[in-house]
Amino acid sequence: MNIIVCISNVPDTTTRIKYKPGNKDVDYTGVQWIINPWDELALTRAIELKEAGTVKKITVITVAKADAEPTIRKALASGADEAIRVDASPVDAWNTALNLAEALKNEQFDLVICGVESSDYNNWSVGGMLAEMLRIPSVSAVTSLQIENSKPIITREVDGGRQQVSIKLPGLLIVQKGIAIVPRIPSMRGIMSARTKPLKVVTGVSGESLIEIVDYEAPPQKSSCKIIDSENLEMLAELLHTEARVI
Amino acid sequence: MSVLVYIEPREGKFNKSAFELISYGYTIADATKSKLHVLVAGEASREAVAELGHYGASEIRHLNKTQHLDDSVSSNMVAGLAEIINAGIIIMPHNLTGRAIAPRLAVKLKAGYASAVIGIPVSYEPFTVIKKAFSGKSITKQVVKTSVKIVTLSQNTFGVIENVVQPVIEDFNFTETSHSIEVLSTDVQTGKVLLTEAEIIVSGGRGMRGPENWKPLEDLAEVLGAATACSRPVSDEGWRPHHEHVGQTGKVVAPTLYFALGISGAIQHLAGINSSKVIVAVNKDPEAPIFSAADYGVVGDLQIILPRMTEVFRKYKSGI
Repeated sequence: MNIIVCISNVPDTTTRIKYKPGNKDVDYTGVQWIINPWDELALTRAIELKEAGTVKKITVITVAKADAEPTIRKALASGADEAIRVDASPVDAWNTALNLAEALKNEQFDLVICGVESSDYNNWSVGGMLAEMLRIPSVSAVTSLQIENSKPIITREVDGGRQQVSIKLPGLLIVQKGIAIVPRIPSMRGIMSARTKPLKVVTGVSGESLIEIVDYEAPPQKSSCKIIDSENLEMLAELLHTEARVI
Repeated sequence: MSVLVYIEPREGKFNKSAFELISYGYTIADATKSKLHVLVAGEASREAVAELGHYGASEIRHLNKTQHLDDSVSSNMVAGLAEIINAGIIIMPHNLTGRAIAPRLAVKLKAGYASAVIGIPVSYEPFTVIKKAFSGKSITKQVVKTSVKIVTLSQNTFGVIENVVQPVIEDFNFTETSHSIEVLSTDVQTGKVLLTEAEIIVSGGRGMRGPENWKPLEDLAEVLGAATACSRPVSDEGWRPHHEHVGQTGKVVAPTLYFALGISGAIQHLAGINSSKVIVAVNKDPEAPIFSAADYGVVGDLQIILPRMTEVFRKYKSGI
């Protein structure tokens, strides 16, 4: 089975977000870049399945300019076999999905895996859009994946519990925490071998966007925390009732 | 042009977030001088569906069977109806269903999709919504540029507003079935408060010191009618199941009251709770970052404070 893992190059999740003058763009100066946490878990599961012998080849794909290559190399160092970089600066989720779809039309694959959201724009969009553009079935909120006799056995979260399903291939999985728990960290040998693994660059499609961000601002500051004496917890109940009005 | 709201009942009933979504749709339809249509997908009694009229649902179509199986099929259903009623704005909940269907629907209709929108649009011309980015570290204004627009609403960001109307309910038929997805087994607990819909959440961190200490936390949750949750180290250690993990990579929650017990308040945890209305933190370290995100704090040992707190709320509840 051949698996495609879509990865996004995002600022480290502990980054303090700053803006360029005018608040229409993020100032990325000095930012550390990482693989989007959910995509990293997707990749980790693909690597585990490859080690178990049920997956033959893992290809990572991203839509980004050349400055994302360290992140792509990290994915290769972790255990992906090859990488595709769609050379474009994505302008929104739609445009990202379209770039991925165009590039994947020329690839052979059984499963595409996408993280449920990215930690930068939190759009929850690309996976479902990509499946629709490729006209393949998708399963979302996936928390585990096994391959048995070339058939994917998938667990997805449903309200109040979970459901086990299988999907016709080729298909797309939108995965969340649970698909893997601890992301795979590249080994020294992996880092060395990543340098020679194939990284293909393909041309992206035009920059049409359906959504445009016109303003960024910092979230409002919380007012200071009221400390309550641990000997007087009645005060907490009282304040939650009369002041905060939540109980 | 019309406004289409899509909702699903759970266990035959509608919860507050469904009423919020109808209220939201009514307000947007009113502001854009459009007609509000509601599609209810799932089994529910006629009485339960009629209750949606309290919040302004005048025209309701009801598919009285459980649908959510194949997102491609479900999005075909919504797309079909959207075209018939000439929907300009499609509103869905930002829950498992909405998140699964909306992106596929967006491609089918070539509609701009704004997910997890906060509250009412700030402008209709151009259609501009507020939504978080960088997991809550930034608030953005985003313009949806297409003629058909799709939004999923973040729960508890608009509220429930009564607008009593007499609803017209008509049966909705949709017979397409899935040929791509096969259900092997389903394991669902009924009567459970969903973490993502809970009004009150009691959440424990590493400061709870071990899974054997969870009973007092569950006692507090029971007294308050709350759902239980945990921080990432707790689920990674296997003290609690993964579906309880709240935080950046786990669940993002928006209760009215969140108790962070023995949670230090790493930025990734705050990303999951920063939409809570009120946060109460208990931690033995007065310098813990959770206190800068909390509204009320108690400094001290949880093993002493937690049972005491449960007693106080028990008395308080029985006294009201």
